[in-house]
Order: sequence, then structure tokens, then C-alpha cells
Amino acid sequence: MKLLKTLAIAATGLALSFGAVHAAEGQKPARNIDFSFEGPFGTFDRAQLQRGYKVYKEVCAACHAMKFVSFRNLAEPGGPEFTEEQVKVLAAGYTVQDGPNVDGEMFDRPALPSDRFPAPFPNEQAARAANGGAYPSDLSLITKYRPGWYGTFNQLFNGIGGPEYVYSVLTGYVPDDQIPEELRAEQPEGKAYNPYFANGHWIGMAQPLVDDQVTYDDGTPATVDQMARDVSAFLAWTAEPKMEERKRTGFMVMIYLGILALLLYLVKKRIWANAH
Amino acid sequence: MSTAEHAETNRRDFLYIATGAVGAVGAALTAWPFINQMNPDASVRALASVEVDLSPIAEGQEITIKWRGNPVFVRHRLPAEIEAAKAVSVADLPDPLARNANVADGDEATDVNRVVAGKEQFLVMMGVCTHLGCVPIPNEGDFAVVEGSSKHGGWFCPCHGSHYDTAGRIRKGPAPQNLPIPQYTYLSDTQIRIG
Amino acid sequence: MSGHSTYEPKSAFAKWFHERLPVMDLVKGQALDFPTPKNLNYFWTFGGILAVMLVVQILTGVMLVMHYTPHVDYAFASVEHIMRDVNSGWLIRYMHMNGASMFFIAVYIHIFRGMYYGSYKAPREVLWMIGVLIYLVMMATAFMGYVLPWGQMSFWGAKVITNLFSAIPFVGDSITTLLWGGYSVDNPTLNRFFSLHYLLPFVLAALVALHIWALHVPGNNNPTGVSVKSSQDTLPFHPYYTMKDAFAIVVFFMFFAFWIFFAPNYLGHAINYQQANPLVTPAHIVPEWYYLPFYAILRAVPDKLGGVIAMFASILILFALPWLDTSKVRSGNYRPLFKGFFWIFVVVCIGLGYLGSRPAEGLYVVFSQILTVYYFAHFLVILPLLGLLESPKPLPSSISDDVLARSRPATAAVPAE
Repeated sequence: MKLLKTLAIAATGLALSFGAVHAAEGQKPARNIDFSFEGPFGTFDRAQLQRGYKVYKEVCAACHAMKFVSFRNLAEPGGPEFTEEQVKVLAAGYTVQDGPNVDGEMFDRPALPSDRFPAPFPNEQAARAANGGAYPSDLSLITKYRPGWYGTFNQLFNGIGGPEYVYSVLTGYVPDDQIPEELRAEQPEGKAYNPYFANGHWIGMAQPLVDDQVTYDDGTPATVDQMARDVSAFLAWTAEPKMEERKRTGFMVMIYLGILALLLYLVKKRIWANAH
Repeated sequence: MSTAEHAETNRRDFLYIATGAVGAVGAALTAWPFINQMNPDASVRALASVEVDLSPIAEGQEITIKWRGNPVFVRHRLPAEIEAAKAVSVADLPDPLARNANVADGDEATDVNRVVAGKEQFLVMMGVCTHLGCVPIPNEGDFAVVEGSSKHGGWFCPCHGSHYDTAGRIRKGPAPQNLPIPQYTYLSDTQIRIG
Repeated sequence: MSGHSTYEPKSAFAKWFHERLPVMDLVKGQALDFPTPKNLNYFWTFGGILAVMLVVQILTGVMLVMHYTPHVDYAFASVEHIMRDVNSGWLIRYMHMNGASMFFIAVYIHIFRGMYYGSYKAPREVLWMIGVLIYLVMMATAFMGYVLPWGQMSFWGAKVITNLFSAIPFVGDSITTLLWGGYSVDNPTLNRFFSLHYLLPFVLAALVALHIWALHVPGNNNPTGVSVKSSQDTLPFHPYYTMKDAFAIVVFFMFFAFWIFFAPNYLGHAINYQQANPLVTPAHIVPEWYYLPFYAILRAVPDKLGGVIAMFASILILFALPWLDTSKVRSGNYRPLFKGFFWIFVVVCIGLGYLGSRPAEGLYVVFSQILTVYYFAHFLVILPLLGLLESPKPLPSSISDDVLARSRPATAAVPAE
């Protein structure tokens, strides 16, 4: 009994000590959204990722780079799964620099599916200069490095809430006249109040989404909430493009190991039957 | 030994064999991703085509471009080179096959089968000797067209002495096959895409 | 227990080979027929699990190196390349990354098992000390490996840990400069960490070979702590323990697979998916979970040098454990007082781990200090005194007697085989 009790305490403590990190000062926990890709069998909603790409392309990409994602990824299984032809057309809509050519000159050409998404600014300094000193972060991995909430058990069961963080920031802007009284005096020039923002609720990005900002090809009404959900799902995919393959493989590996463990248990039992 | 003991033995053997078999299958399935990780990755496969502008290549000139890490020769042949290539009978060739990814597998190594109809002046082929992979030198070897003191066309591999003719076919030396021709298409009159 | 086994080469080739290299003799004597106490419980399977985990880490590591680029400008991108483009790259990377955590979980169980059953006592002191050395090399290897992806926590972890050496009087700053190969953690640091991270696992493998050698001289300890007296007490390692270990390894792999496939980033830090930025420190610098107890000890001491000394001492004290424990009885099962203090010690270690993950402020620091004092007291006061004060329970006369006594109430009559 005593042993069991101690073990229970030990297990709790061990779990608590895993990767528990504190929330940055004052970050409000993100709103928990039910996404289709949660849980051990969750998959991405293709239509949602395609809509999310549109929001990224028409809204976010004006300032935010996505340097680890290539156009070809958009056609790969487990993602938005545009057709190869669609991706060629999408890519050709962008211009990338290539070269040098035979004369040693750099030249511009339409992007190919093998190209990465071009960055909106040539370097960090240019990005800061164009954005009032703030650096729009690369979005490739944002849902993997920005937790929406903290807590050892919370993160074990609900994940780190990365997509929810993006969703909450996009929908969490507070109009200037509704900023809490005691904070109003601190408001820095050109920054908005957003309690979900990780770096201390004053955010350099003006509210990026308004209703009907994009026109969805599938006719879904483009409310701020809908666009925020879609782009958050899209960014969950860009951060972890092999998620579906991973879960699928994991399911089969678990079944296999279960069978092998059972067989080995029977073998072990049979061998040990004549040991004593 | 009683029948009960016999049955017991059989069941035991079956259990051991089944466990061993399941274990072996698992080991083989696990080994595959670890071997496959050495195959070309998605970014390498995506870059497997390259476009070439033919207009700057003057008659009798040749450029070498890199495709999938290997040199590809793009040669603008002189009429004399084409004539010389056409004059050879397939029966005289060490390798009678076209080795052209753009024609059927068994086609003969005629000059026509080594180029695109109507664009016979442009010969596009891998610059990798079929012997052991060196890069052959153009306008060299016993099968170049000789005009006075200059040689035109033909390739000679300096590593082990293979001679290729003006259509890139092996004629003499240790190389077993004609220089292979990669898949390519004309995007316009003066532009091709390889791969 | 010596290696002179009964191996008889059967075929002509086997005979020819045996005369030139008697390796089969070694395998038969030390692996297949090796007499092993018949009463080992599942805690004893963690040695085999650790050996397998070392192999998994080396294999996946070698494969990762085929795609990784050790340069500050490319390291982070090359890891993303592995995750996105390389065939099954995500699997290999997640195996390696979670494998480190699994390795430490198994090693902690292995160490606490040794502590509970007194496996460090004579004649196994050298076996234990090699084990502590293995643990130290493991910690160094894991630390340098964590730097390689060049994320924010990689960079700042490297900076904080290398700065520990600056606490050394007079030469501290020169040592950190030497470790960095510059004036901060930078490309030379990344390159040398990569080199050493590739080297040390092979050092580990050699130490493991010594560990097994040192094990095979006295033979295994066992849950009773009573030495093997006759062949009645033992079973050949194969097939009894090969199959038992194989079963345990597969069950452990299921635990491992859960993390790889369903929570691959839970045991790490989210912020490490942001590329290293030498100009911005993340809000909370926390080491990987397996270092947290030592991190808590480091921060419990309010003096820079003192903290570093306390932290290193907390590990190095393990070398002295065989001589600090004065009890003649090995197994905790027969030591009623020790048993209680052992579990308190386990909880203290976990508590230190928890405190290591908290910010160093307020009550957390106070508790860290209390637990740090207790940690050292366990080794320096409690263990030496217990051996003198405690009256142990009577020991079984032999392993086989104990096994028989345990099996009798359950099965009325055991027919002889």
C-alpha cells in the first residue's frame, strides 16, 4: 500500500516535471477551438487548408515570410492537396529571382512548384523598416513554437495550443476605446491591444482581418472567425506537414508492437513454466 | 510420448515460429524507412528538370549544363557532322540501340533516333561516359569530322580511351553503350526542358 | 562465472574458426549460458532496454548526420529539411529526439533499482562506478545533441551551461572562451559540439562493454541481495532472460512509440522551433526534463561558484555511494528503515525536478534549498547512520529457498520437473 501510494506521488511528480514552462507575463490563454486535426486520428480538412492558404496568400503574405514551405508542398498528400496543375498556376503567380544567367546577371522569372514561397522583404532590416520597427515573424513553424496555453497536463491532453494561439490573436484585438482603463496610458505609439499576444499584449500588427476580406472559392462566408480558423489550420499544416503520415504510421506500429508483445509474453511464460 | 505431450510440443513450436516470423517481418519493415532515407528526397526530386535556351548556341558550338548533378551536352551540329553520323550503318555499331529516353526502348541507333525530327542539328545527351562515368572531351577522338587542321564533333573519353562519333554513339574503346539521351521536350522553337 | 565455457564446435568450419578466434566460446559462456539468478524481477530488464536504446540512438543519429549541416546558417534549416523533405526523415528525427528522453527514463529506473537493491555494494563497486561514468557521458552527449538543431533553447541552453565554467576562479573566463572558440556560442561552438556529439556515443558503447564485463565478474545482484550459492539459484541467460528482456523491450517500445507518433514534441520545448537568435533570450530558460533536478540544485545556492560546485557534487557523490552506505545487507526489501528513506529520496529527486522547471523566485527557491540539503543529507548522514542503527529483517538462506517460499502459498504443490 505504502509503495503504491509513493509510486502514485512519484508518477504525479514526474509528469509535473515534464517540460513545464511558464506563460510569458500576462499572456491570456488562447481560446480552445475544436480543429479536425486534433487527437490520435485527426486529419486535416482539405477544403479548410485550401481556404487557409487563400487567407495566408492574400492577407498574411504581405508581411510574413514562410521560408520552409515550397509550392510543391501544396500538392503533396496530407496537405491542402491542390492538384499539380493548380500548384503550377499558383506558383506562376509569384515572381522569384534566379540566376546568374550566361551574362552573369540575376533575373526574375515566374515561380515553379519547386520554389519556396518568396519572402515579402529581402532581409530583416527591410522588414522592420516597413513595419514600424516590428519584425513580422516567419510563419512556417509558428504553431509549433508559440504555445496558446501552458500547464503540464493541459499540454499533454490538449497539445500546446499553437493553432489556437494564432486564432486567438487574430480574433482577439480590442478596439482602442475598450482597452482596460489602467493600461490605456501605457499604449505605445502605433500598437494595438491584444491580450493573447505572447510578447506582452501590445502588438505591432494592426488588426489584419475584417469580414469579407477574401472571397472563398467554395462560397464559405468569409467572416473574421472563419478566416482565422482556416488560416490557423493552414499554419498547423505548414508547421507539421507529415502529421497525417505520422499518425497513420503510429497506429499501425502500435498494433504491430501489441501483437509482438503478446506473442513474446506467451513465449516467455512457456519458457519460464519449467524454470522452478 | 503420449499424444497430449505431442500436441503440447507442436503448439509450442508453432508459438516460437510465429513469434520469430512476426519479429522478422517487423525488423524488415523497420529497416525500409532507414534505407529509403538515403534515396533522393522530395526537394531533390522536385528539381529534376531544367530549361535550356538554344538560341545562343552557334553552329559548331556546344554547351554543358548541369542536370541532376551530371553534365548534359547540348551541341549545335554542323551539317558535316550530321552527314557523317547518317552515313554509318547500324550493323557497324558496337551498341545498336538508340539509348534515347524519348523513343521506344528497342529502337535502333540511327542518327534520326538520336535527335528530334526537324531539329537534327541539336544533339542533347548526357556527358557521362558509359564506361566508368568520366566526362568525354568534345571535338576529339577518331570519329570527329576532320576539316584541315580542326576537328568537329565526336567525343573522346580521356580516362580509358573511349571514342564516340558525331551522334554520341560508342565506336571504339571499353565503353559498352552509346551516350544516353535524357527525356526532353521543346517548349518553343529555341527552348527545351530536360527531365 | 568465468568465460571458460563448454562450447564444442560442431562443424569442421566452426572448429577451424574456433581455433583462430574463440568468439563463439565467449558468446556461449558470457551471453547464452551465463548463470543468472532465477529471481530477477522486471526492474532488471532495464539494462537490456538501455543497451537497445543506445543502439537506436546511434543508428538514427548516423542517419540524421547524412542530412544535417553543422553550420549556424544552415543547421536549423537542415533539420526542417529532414522533417519535410527527407524520406521518413520526420520519423528518424522524432525517434532520435524522443529516444534521448526514453534513454534517460530507462537509466533513472536502472539507477534507482541499483540503489534500492544495493547493487553498488561489494563486490560490485567498480560496476557501479562505471555506471555513474556512463551516466555522466550520457548527460554530456545529450546536452551537445540538444544544441545541434540550433533553435532558441539550443542556443541559450548552450550559453547558460557553458557559462557554468566561468564560475571557476581565475581561469573560468579563459575556459569558456576555449569551449566556445570565440566570445560567445557561435559557429565554432556548434561545430565542436557536433564533432563530440558524434564521438561520445562510441565512448559510451565502450563504457557499456566495460560495465557488462564488470557485471560478469561477480554476476548479477538480485532482489534478495543474497549471493548466488549453487547452480540451484541460477538459470542460463538464454532463453530465460533473453525472452524476458525481449518482452520488456517491446513493451518499452510501445511507450516510446506513443511519444514518437502521438506527442512527439511534448517532452521538448516549443521555443526550440524558433531559430536561434543571439540577441534575444526567451522568457524562461529551462533545460530538458532529465537535467531539472540538478538545475534546481544549481539555482538553490545563491552563489555562482557555490551553485556550480553543488550541482557537480550532487552527481559526483554517487561515486562514493558504495562506501557511504554502511549496511551489510544489500536489498532494501530486508531493510525496513532504509526502504522508507529510499522512497523519500525518490520523491525528493522528483520534487527537485519539479522545482527546476519553475522560475527561480519566492517559495520555489526556499523549497529547492530544503530539498537540496536533504539530497546531500541522504548520502552523507542518513545512509551512513542507517547501517549502524537499523536492524535488518532475516535474510533467506538462498535465492532458491526464497523463490520456493514465495511460490508455495500460491501453488499448493509444485511437481518436480
